[in-house]
Amino acid sequence: MAEQTATRQINVPLMSNLAAAGEEPEILFWVGCAGAFDDRYKRVTRAFVRILEHANVKYAVLGMEETCTGDPAKRAGNEFLFQMQAMQNITTFEGYGIKKIVTACPHCFNTIKNEYPALGGNYEVIHHSTFLQQLINEGRVGVAGGGEFKGQRITFHDSCYLGRANNIYEAPRDVLAALDADLVEMKRSKANGLCCGAGGAQMWKEPEPGKKDINVERTEEALAALDGNAAALNNMLGVESGNAGATPVPRNSQQGSIIAVSCPFCMTMMSDGVKNKERENNVQVFDIAELIATAEGLNA
Amino acid sequence: MHNEYISDLTPNLPFPVHFSIQNILFLLVALAGFGLFVWQIRKVRANILVGRDRDMSGNVSERLNKTLLVAFGQQKMFKRITPALLHLIVYVGFIVINIEVIEIMIDGLFGTHRALSFLGPLYSLLVGTNEVLGALVIVAVIAFWWRRNVGVVRRFTGPELRMWPKMDANIILYVEVILMAALFTMNAADLKMHQLEGVDLPGAFPISSLLTGLLPDNVDALHILERVGWWAHIIGILCFLNYLPSSKHFHIIMAFPNVYYSRLVPQGQFSNVDSITHEVKAMMDPSYQVPAPATNPDGSAMAPTPFGAKDVDDLAWTNLLNAYSCTECGRCTSVCPANITGKLLSPRKIIMDTRDRVEEKYNSPLIFQPNLYGTEAKHAEQEVLDKDSHTLLRGYVTPEELWACTTCNACVEACPVNINPLESIIEMRRFLVLEESAAPNSLNVMFSNIENNGAPWAFSPSDRFNWADDLHVAEKAVQA
Repeated sequence: MAEQTATRQINVPLMSNLAAAGEEPEILFWVGCAGAFDDRYKRVTRAFVRILEHANVKYAVLGMEETCTGDPAKRAGNEFLFQMQAMQNITTFEGYGIKKIVTACPHCFNTIKNEYPALGGNYEVIHHSTFLQQLINEGRVGVAGGGEFKGQRITFHDSCYLGRANNIYEAPRDVLAALDADLVEMKRSKANGLCCGAGGAQMWKEPEPGKKDINVERTEEALAALDGNAAALNNMLGVESGNAGATPVPRNSQQGSIIAVSCPFCMTMMSDGVKNKERENNVQVFDIAELIATAEGLNA
Repeated sequence: MHNEYISDLTPNLPFPVHFSIQNILFLLVALAGFGLFVWQIRKVRANILVGRDRDMSGNVSERLNKTLLVAFGQQKMFKRITPALLHLIVYVGFIVINIEVIEIMIDGLFGTHRALSFLGPLYSLLVGTNEVLGALVIVAVIAFWWRRNVGVVRRFTGPELRMWPKMDANIILYVEVILMAALFTMNAADLKMHQLEGVDLPGAFPISSLLTGLLPDNVDALHILERVGWWAHIIGILCFLNYLPSSKHFHIIMAFPNVYYSRLVPQGQFSNVDSITHEVKAMMDPSYQVPAPATNPDGSAMAPTPFGAKDVDDLAWTNLLNAYSCTECGRCTSVCPANITGKLLSPRKIIMDTRDRVEEKYNSPLIFQPNLYGTEAKHAEQEVLDKDSHTLLRGYVTPEELWACTTCNACVEACPVNINPLESIIEMRRFLVLEESAAPNSLNVMFSNIENNGAPWAFSPSDRFNWADDLHVAEKAVQA
């Protein structure tokens, strides 16, 4: 017996086609604006679809029927625009009888899950970190032996809208644990995690005057964890005790390491932060779905 | 004099009773103290209720459970262990030592002496525990004072913590030491007086017994000292009680209702504006019946409420309850990403401003020192506060502060008494955007992108599915 790798073209199933054929998907994959338009996050969308195909998940997307959930409008105070967007999306969901939605964007996730019910939209909404965790637990995605990330140093940056907003801290970490990598925690992690700086519609505006950009502050913390200088950083920051960050052993900073994210805005902010610190040569920022797709050998 | 208390045994009561002018005096002082406090509480309650209505009824068991954990159990304090332990000492000390206030009330009203001493060993345990806690409170208060005034705990600095708030914090610490000193003066003098007379004093005095050497050997002087300690303790407590509504120390009471009425929904869930829902539904479906606007008792239509919050009465009553529960510890500000990186936003200041403004506009407390630090702008580039507008927004809180928020919920997570600064920030953003169209330009661009393209960026909606072009997956085909 010999294993041979072949590639197969994916025709991403559209909800409208499934509905016309009288079929119902297991999940609706909500791509989100960043997942559809942002060049970097499109790669995450594609990685996640590869995983869905690989795991034989019956999914569909809305394609051009998708429109902004209204999250940035609501956080910026434009409640009217938010509700217009929300009603439009709810009408689309209701039209197709959608019950279960999976998305790779914590902002879309939070908005549809928590804020659409008040407007009449009630769905089971799952963030892709939780969905990937389920696929791994069910054995539908194996990542046997951890793939190429085995032993590589990875730190996970918590997205505010996944973590504090919805208390999801373990799912993305469980997914990363499947990679058999050297996971390190930043000083401020989980409920104490520091924002990347993009939430609350900051993604679309310049920051107010200050002494530093938030994403640089957070990237420095990530680099300290990856480089093994977390203890030194803690002293520098004067963070009071009680934070559950593991203190990693010193390590050669020239070795490649990874900042894992699970949010398109965090992806942008942390990538910019790594560039700002001139560490692109040995620190990369990946979404957890990309890491799983790569470890599973799905890229083509 | 003193021996009247121990010789005047009344057989039918478990404690000796002796009336004097002191009891009348005590009754008047206690009535005045508690009466003034009730009067102040009513004014505070009225201030909180100027806020918009919000139904927080129901879920009683869940709310009680949370109150037990977070307020009584100090759960969120223990994220930072050093201040949590110091605070626990003062908190437990406050509760246990106040059991003694019951005895003070009985003694004061009926002229008894140590009325609870009939409890025997239990009384010794109570008095002994009080003494140990009292000493620990003094140690903890000194540590607090050090952390605040000498040490470098950053969250005790900051522009909103100068002037009155700084003085207030220290007054609280000094009063706590004075109260403990009064307690020990009373106990030590009482103990020595009894020792000199060769009579046993009920109770256990592990700390005061160490202090008797410092006191005079004259029984009359000791008696005066004992009375001074007793009166200082109770008058101190009554004064402190009436100081609370002017102080951040009000949290010792307000924390409990505040935690009880705090939100039960996920932190990421922002409130829905129902009036907008009606408008949007009517726009999308012309047959939708918008409910008739609320009317005044006389049947006339009520003035429409603005979208969002310009002033304190546009906030929900729970937001105003938040403001009265804040002890200005600064945990919110110390974890705020905007504040950490030097922006003007400080969640603590938003909460402090809210209290100052509601006290300026409605009932003021006995001591009213609003913290309008805008007169000494922190940043040269700070937007100038508009003193003439006299509203929470612009009069106290600048748009620059509001727009710096990332809505990350770190402040909400950090607050030991479940204050939610984010709710107030969003309400004021809503006013800026919906009533004044005063969003930063770049956000207006984002809004119009969403309106025109269905995405916050200027991409064509027809390109939305391009990500799926030419997409392949690798498959491992097993060949025989």
